Amino acid sequence: MNISYLFLIPIIPLAVFLVLGIFNKMIKPTVSGWIGVGGLTATTILSFYAAFQYFFVTGKLDGAYQTFIEKTVWMNFTDTLHIDLGILIDPISIMMLIVVSTISLMVHIYSRGYMKDDPGYTKFFAFLSLFTFSMYGLVLATNLFQIYIFWELVGVSSFLLIGYYYTKNSAVAAAKKAFIVTRFADFGFLIGILIIGFYTGTWDFETLNNPEGAAIVNWASTSFMGLSVLTWALILIFMGGAGKSAMFPLHIWLPDAMEGPTPVSALIHAATMVVAGVYLVARLFPMYYFVEEGFVLHIVSYVGAFSSLFAAIIAITQTDIKRILAFSTMSQIGYMMMSLGVSGFDGHEGVGYMASMFHLFTHAMFKALLFLGAGSVIHAVHSNYLKDMGGLRKHMPITNITFLIAALAIAGVPPLAGFWSKDEILVAAFENSMFIYSIGILVAGLTSFYMFRLYFGIFWGKETIYAHKPKESPRSMTIPLIILAVFSVVVGFIPFSEYVTADKLGFVAHLNYPLAATAVLVGLTGILFAWIFYKKENNLAERFANAFGFFYKWASNKFYFDELYLFITRQLIFKRISAPIAYFDKKFVDGTMEGIGNKTLVVANKIKGIQSGKVQDYAFGFISGVVVLAIVFIYLWTN
Amino acid sequence: MIPGISITEILTLTSILFFIGIYGFMTRTNLISMLISVEIILNSTVINFVVINKYLYPELLQGVVYAIFIIAVAAAETALAVAIIINLYKQISSVDVKETETLKH
Repeated sequence: MNISYLFLIPIIPLAVFLVLGIFNKMIKPTVSGWIGVGGLTATTILSFYAAFQYFFVTGKLDGAYQTFIEKTVWMNFTDTLHIDLGILIDPISIMMLIVVSTISLMVHIYSRGYMKDDPGYTKFFAFLSLFTFSMYGLVLATNLFQIYIFWELVGVSSFLLIGYYYTKNSAVAAAKKAFIVTRFADFGFLIGILIIGFYTGTWDFETLNNPEGAAIVNWASTSFMGLSVLTWALILIFMGGAGKSAMFPLHIWLPDAMEGPTPVSALIHAATMVVAGVYLVARLFPMYYFVEEGFVLHIVSYVGAFSSLFAAIIAITQTDIKRILAFSTMSQIGYMMMSLGVSGFDGHEGVGYMASMFHLFTHAMFKALLFLGAGSVIHAVHSNYLKDMGGLRKHMPITNITFLIAALAIAGVPPLAGFWSKDEILVAAFENSMFIYSIGILVAGLTSFYMFRLYFGIFWGKETIYAHKPKESPRSMTIPLIILAVFSVVVGFIPFSEYVTADKLGFVAHLNYPLAATAVLVGLTGILFAWIFYKKENNLAERFANAFGFFYKWASNKFYFDELYLFITRQLIFKRISAPIAYFDKKFVDGTMEGIGNKTLVVANKIKGIQSGKVQDYAFGFISGVVVLAIVFIYLWTN
Repeated sequence: MIPGISITEILTLTSILFFIGIYGFMTRTNLISMLISVEIILNSTVINFVVINKYLYPELLQGVVYAIFIIAVAAAETALAVAIIINLYKQISSVDVKETETLKH
């Protein structure tokens, strides 16, 4: 399979970014919107063409999907250890290409309506293109270091877009928070990369992931504190992934990231960038599975399960619609991590891996739809808060129906997309551990409850009197909603297990009827409760909240994690550690240097009178010097 | 070699010339006078070179050649100094060395 044309996929958004960024002021907003959409359309067509070529024409050899690599060496360290830049085509990277290009195209089209009349319109599209370029680079990376480079680039674009409304203090603070927290996690990632480079001598995914390769076979050769060094490296790499994917305890940046414009939240903080952590673990899955017999995968699954439960509980109590969706995203990513963690490797054993990727795919569709729908609502109501909404179904029919489809999809109602992927995840969890399965099923119930609380709260509930009568959004915003709604319905029917599996061989997945029925039942129960609580205006929900009192308050304040972090950083690290160091630096290190400088100045002031500027004085000095020398020489020579 | 005059007498004369030059250089504040004083100092040394060559090593020529060399350099130096003095005069309308102290700041 000739893959060199795929280099165009990252290059086109980069070109769009450069054009829009450099000629920022010269391009009219309408034109810049079309440039962005045009570039993305081209890459989307290329991505779909590549997917078609790969899955149906040339990708398979003897029943297994091949990996195609094209790369050039960028930096050489030793014969085996070098940093390459290139593209790697295998089932998961092709799948991510489809996700990124589809969602990004939809968001570009949607932004033309949503960001209309914004003063930074062209800049916004430039940043979106920069992000899309970085994300393509990330999913196509051939080695750990390349993925790290683009990993940081998506971090920067996320930072720029969260802080897009840079005159708002909260947006600036949120951008900084997101950047610092993910940077902190990436520090672990970098150390992990360096450890792997040092002990295995390569960063190449193909070499590292080969189950018969030296890296995996010799994992036990060096150990540190009871675990193999490679295990430590994988834990650190997972730390980077957890930071990007907002896993507990590095999740605190994601809710605040909702300060960015809503299309950004849909693209970056729901569908693509936040799943980079899942993608990273999936990319290194053979290593995670074989090194130390899958020790790190247990950590991955428990972190994922805990995060998904934790976020789902918080989501129930939030009142800002975008924050509810943010916690829902965190919860669903936790689901994916959990599923990866319980996965095996060969054949049907690898159902967890397949389910995780499947859920990543379907989740991207319906979560982007939910965010774009929420954006449409915010566009009409000019508020983020549930209390300002209600009864919108009459005013915004298209948004209402598409939002309902997405909510049903995430709640796992058949035959929508979420049902299929969630079912596979629960099958994988059930086959692995009862404990994880019960968390999964609980989260499924909570998910459908908070999602329909949101849906009923926005579109049903109390009949709010609006100052400005809300009306349906323009066509540039509703068309992406409709397209994504169609995707949310149909993508579940893709026989994913035949295309994307850990061993790349594919298997036929069957619906596990008892488990599927349980999941659907739990989901419907959640919806039913939401129906009772929120469909009509009543005080049931409030009474329940009061009954839970303390716990409700705890959860609605996000379990006080922001405050805990603030306490640790401000009170402990800044005051107890940083402040004394800063004092030492200022008083002793700087003091010494400044003392030397000041003393020189004082001495110079004292002796500068010698330099009178009078030629005669200098001549006198010169001549008297000559006379003294003459006397000395005469004295010496006449002896 | 001048008959009847010994080398000591001529060297005494050049020493007197030299110190007259030094004195002029130290006491005069007019730049032109100072330049003339410098010329006197140079001339006294040139005479020294020629006299020592003629009296002590009459068969050699280095002293005389060196004297011509010094005269050439002195001419160039005078031209340069006069150019500086003219420019200075354009700037501050004075050739008094006491008023050229701005460089010390």
